[in-house]
Order: sequence, then structure tokens, then C-alpha cells
Amino acid sequence: MQSFFGKSIYKGMVMGPVMVFKKNDDRVKRKKIENAEMEITRVTKAIDLAKKQLQKLYDKAIVQVGEASAAIFEIHQMMLEDEDYLEAIHNTIRTELVNAEYAVAMTGDNFSEIFSAMDNDYMKARAVDVKDISQRVVQNLCGQEEVDLSSKGPCIIVADDLSPSETIQMDKEKILAFVTVRGSANSHTAILARMMNIPALIGVPLELSKIENGMIAVVDGFKGQVIFEPDEDTCREARQKIQKEQEKLRLLHELKGKENVTLDGRKINIYANIGSVSDIGYVLENDAGGIGLFRSEFLYLGRTDFPTEEEQYQSYKQAARMMAGKKVIIRTLDIGADKQVDYFQLGKEDNPALGYRAIRICLKQPDIFKTQLRALLRAAVFGNISIMYPMITSVEEVKQIQAIVEEVKAELEKQEIQYKIPKQGIMIETPAAVMISDELAQLVDFFSIGTNDLTQYTLAIDRQNEKLDDFYNPHHKAILRMIKMVVENAHKYGKWVGICGELGADTALTEQFVRMGIDELSVAPSMVLNLRKIIREMTV
Amino acid sequence: MNEKGKMLMKTFNHEIKDEVGIHARPAGLLVKEAKKYNSKITLNVNGKSAEATKLMAIMTLGVKQGQVVEITIEGEDEDTAYEGMKVFFEQNL
Repeated sequence: MQSFFGKSIYKGMVMGPVMVFKKNDDRVKRKKIENAEMEITRVTKAIDLAKKQLQKLYDKAIVQVGEASAAIFEIHQMMLEDEDYLEAIHNTIRTELVNAEYAVAMTGDNFSEIFSAMDNDYMKARAVDVKDISQRVVQNLCGQEEVDLSSKGPCIIVADDLSPSETIQMDKEKILAFVTVRGSANSHTAILARMMNIPALIGVPLELSKIENGMIAVVDGFKGQVIFEPDEDTCREARQKIQKEQEKLRLLHELKGKENVTLDGRKINIYANIGSVSDIGYVLENDAGGIGLFRSEFLYLGRTDFPTEEEQYQSYKQAARMMAGKKVIIRTLDIGADKQVDYFQLGKEDNPALGYRAIRICLKQPDIFKTQLRALLRAAVFGNISIMYPMITSVEEVKQIQAIVEEVKAELEKQEIQYKIPKQGIMIETPAAVMISDELAQLVDFFSIGTNDLTQYTLAIDRQNEKLDDFYNPHHKAILRMIKMVVENAHKYGKWVGICGELGADTALTEQFVRMGIDELSVAPSMVLNLRKIIREMTV
Repeated sequence: MNEKGKMLMKTFNHEIKDEVGIHARPAGLLVKEAKKYNSKITLNVNGKSAEATKLMAIMTLGVKQGQVVEITIEGEDEDTAYEGMKVFFEQNL
């Protein structure tokens, strides 16, 4: 039995097998070889092994999830037998005299690009399959252990650190908890864990090499503890706790369908934060009144090129439809700083948090912005969509945005494409925006306070720097006074104010926010009912 | 087409009924079925063609619901292959 403590991100408890996530970041290198036939023999062996691995996965999946879902592993096997694919690999090795790893990776990239370029969403998605099988073969060639969640039952992911694009590619159904050696409480990994409603411990001082796949572990998000290979007493205790938690959750779920109203009659909107359309299930399940923050940048992450207008339109439209008339507030692209995407080619900055990001990119590269706005205006026809602009610091920025929206509107008009101008608001997440919130309130429909960035900018604390976690006081008076000021300025001009940062979910502050006059709190879906409970038991 | 060609080729058209078109699963089944025969079986659609034994080529045809695919079969066992393919398309696509 081994026990470690870390910082807990989400209060929950689980027990299950461990899966160690090792980074596979050493890119495949191109090497010259002498003997092509020897490389081809290596490829053949690696592919045979891959097919055997896939057969095993298939057999397992048939039992666990049934034939229809298992079929993908059979398809993967057949892809590995595809004549064109094999021929391309062999030709690359023979004509360029390069190593097998490189030939497979390159062929995989080429084939997956063909799929990505198709005008059919289903086929586009198959690009991932081709990448998948190629990666499997490359891993076999390098003698690497496979990291494949799809083959496993639910497990606890143990890793050094996880990037947003890594976590987003994981099958959420298969993750019981995250345990990472590094990571900071306000990093996007932590935010994602909260959204996914799973326990996560960060800053856990463990040696990854000593943890093996399949070890049983208990993650206690209340104590911030992870116990590997627990003894029988610990297991029993854990099971009891898990059961108790489930009972609590059950009681909370009895609040579904009830209003967010204080004992003395003040009503608050409680909305949910999401990162993709697939999270809407959680929103509905937890009875949120709408979506207060749809982080559209996740459409841009984990891919190699910009999402098209059509792709974005489909996502937004689906969100609007699924929410059936309830508010869906979509935040425009918030890339930059800690969310880097290769194809944006943003370049290295000394001070990324104070750098080229979010609305600044949109205003400097209006083509990117316009594509998103077109998709949003078109999708707005199908439901109650609002647009929210991040990182505003001045009145001029808002006016520039409004001019671009007008241009997009004129274009759509000219092309006779159906559209609707949605309600538009801004994020208040810079001290500058707070100070001029009286002026900004006259230009927009609503405010949403992004407390994470507002705190980092106000307290001058880099949220990615773990060393500063001790200095990061989200309850700092400066922040609370700023929120109060924003509420007063917005209400003066009849506009509503919400909070969509992590502070909105801080149950220690809920009563204070309601008393300040906050109109809306947008939180992780799992927190909606918790807040409802507090609100229903308080008086203003 | 020459005399020999006429003799050695069978063709039929099939309209795709599957909602997702020729997606991975039926494409996989098609490859399996096509490999049972010695004849060269080709799918033609939108001016593009793919051999029925090549999974990725079939998938990248991107055939959608409602499109009509021409299937040509050429080879020594083309009569049996023709019957087999007809049944296959009717049942799976």
C-alpha cells in the first residue's frame, strides 16, 4: 500500500485500476537506411503484431460492448491489410531508403489527409482511424508499450501532466479519475476534470516508473489522497464512502426541475459551462437552465487545420437545437496563452498571458473571426444563441467587433443566407474592462465575469505557475470588490451580469454573489444542483 | 469494346440506401465478400472508381445515401461473383 497527497480539483471518490499515460512526444525521426528489404520485414512483423493486438481488442470488445461497437477493431485490422496502404509504405522505404517508422508515419499522415479532405463528416472522422493504426504500427516498431484507452474498462489515469488536447481525445466514459504529478489548480486540465465531473488530483509527488498499469488505486478527492494497492480495510472503507457519496448525489438530483429561488424570492439563473456538443448530455442531466459558456476553442484544438464554417455551424446548430430554446452562450475563439494550436502559428512569446490571444487574434486576423461569426449568425436561426467576446479591454475593441459583425451580416444578406443577429455580450476578465464597465455596459447586451483571468491579471499571478498557487487567493477582496462594481455598472444600464469563471462554482461565495445582485452563475454541469441547494436555503 | 470484353464483363447499378452511405463497416464487409471471388470487381461512382478489395479506396469514394454505384465484374467466376455481389448490395447497402 502506497499513499500520496496532492491538490484535489473535484470532490469525489473512486476506486479502480490504474492506467499510466506516458507521453509519446518523441516524434518519429527520418533516418537513412541501407537495406530496404530488412526494413520491409520489420514493417511486416510490426503490422502482424498490430493485427494480433487488434484481434485481442476485438474479442474483448465483443464481450464488453457487443458486436456492433467491436467492429471498429475489425475495420482497423482490414485497414492494415489494405493493398494501397501497404504498397505506399513499401514504396517509401524502397525509393527513399528511409526507416520503417518514418515510412509508416508518413503514409499514415498522407492517407489520413485524404480522409480529412473529404466533404463528408463521417469520412473526415476516419482520418483518426488511419492515424490510429499507423501509430500502433510505429509503436510496435519502436517497441513501445501501447497506450490505448479504448481497449480498457474505466480506469484512473496517472500521468506526469496532461495537455488539453490529450485529455479531450480520451474517451470520457473510460476515465474514473486523473492523478498528475504536475499541473496547477487553474490549468485547463483541472478545468476539464471539473467539467467531466471526475475526481482529479494534481501535484501528486509520485514516481511514475513505480506505478504499473492495472494496479488498483483509491482516489479520494475529499482528502486529496491517492492510495495504490490498498489493503482490505482501505478498500472496504472506500466502498462505504463511495456509496455514501452516491446517496448524497441522489438527494441532490431530487432538486431537478425545481427553481433557483431564495427563501425570500430572488431568482438566479444557473447555467453550465461546456467545451463541446458532447457535453450537453451533462448539462441536461444536471438540469442547468442553459449554457452560460460554450468554449468554442475546443473546436480548434487537437487538429491540424482550422475548422470550416460548415463544421462550426453544425456544432453550434446542434447545441442550439439540443437546448431547445434555452440560452446557449457561445464564446468566440479564446486561443493563445496556455491554449496553443500549431496551425495558428502564433510564435513564441515572452509573456503569452499578456500576449497575442483571444479577441486580439480575431481583430488582427479577421478572416478567422469572420468564419466563426458566419457560423454563429447562421446557427442562431435554430435556437437561443448568444455570442460572447473574450479579453476585452476597451470600448474601441467592442466597436471594431460590431463593425465586423455588420460586415458579416451584409455578406450573408447579399448571399441570401438565412441568419439572425444574436444577443452579444462580453467577458469581463481584465481590470481595464472592470474600470470602464459603465461605458461597456452601454454597448453590449450582457456581461460575464471570467474570474480566472481577472484574478490572474489583478493579482499579477501566472495561473500556469504551480509555485504561485499559494499566493493565488481567489477570495481576494480586490476581486470581490471588482465583481460588485461590475454588477452595479451593468444594472445601471439595465444589463445582466453573470460569472462564468471557477469562482462562480465556489460554494463558499454563492450567498455573497446572490446578495451582490449577480444574475447568473455559469458552472461545471456537476455543480448546478449544488448551487441550487444553497440558493434555495438562503435569504438575501 | 471487343468481343472478348463483352463476354467477360458483367455490370449492375445499385442505389445506396444506407443513411451514412458506404461507411467503414459495410465497406469492410464488402472487401471480405469481394475477396471470395477471383474476378476483378470495381465500383464506379462520380467519375471515380475503386477496386472492391481495397478498403481505403472504397471509403475515400465517399459514397452517400441516394447515390448510384455502378459495379463491374470481370473474370473467370464473374457469374457467381455477379450473383454474390447483387445479394450483398441488396442486403447491406
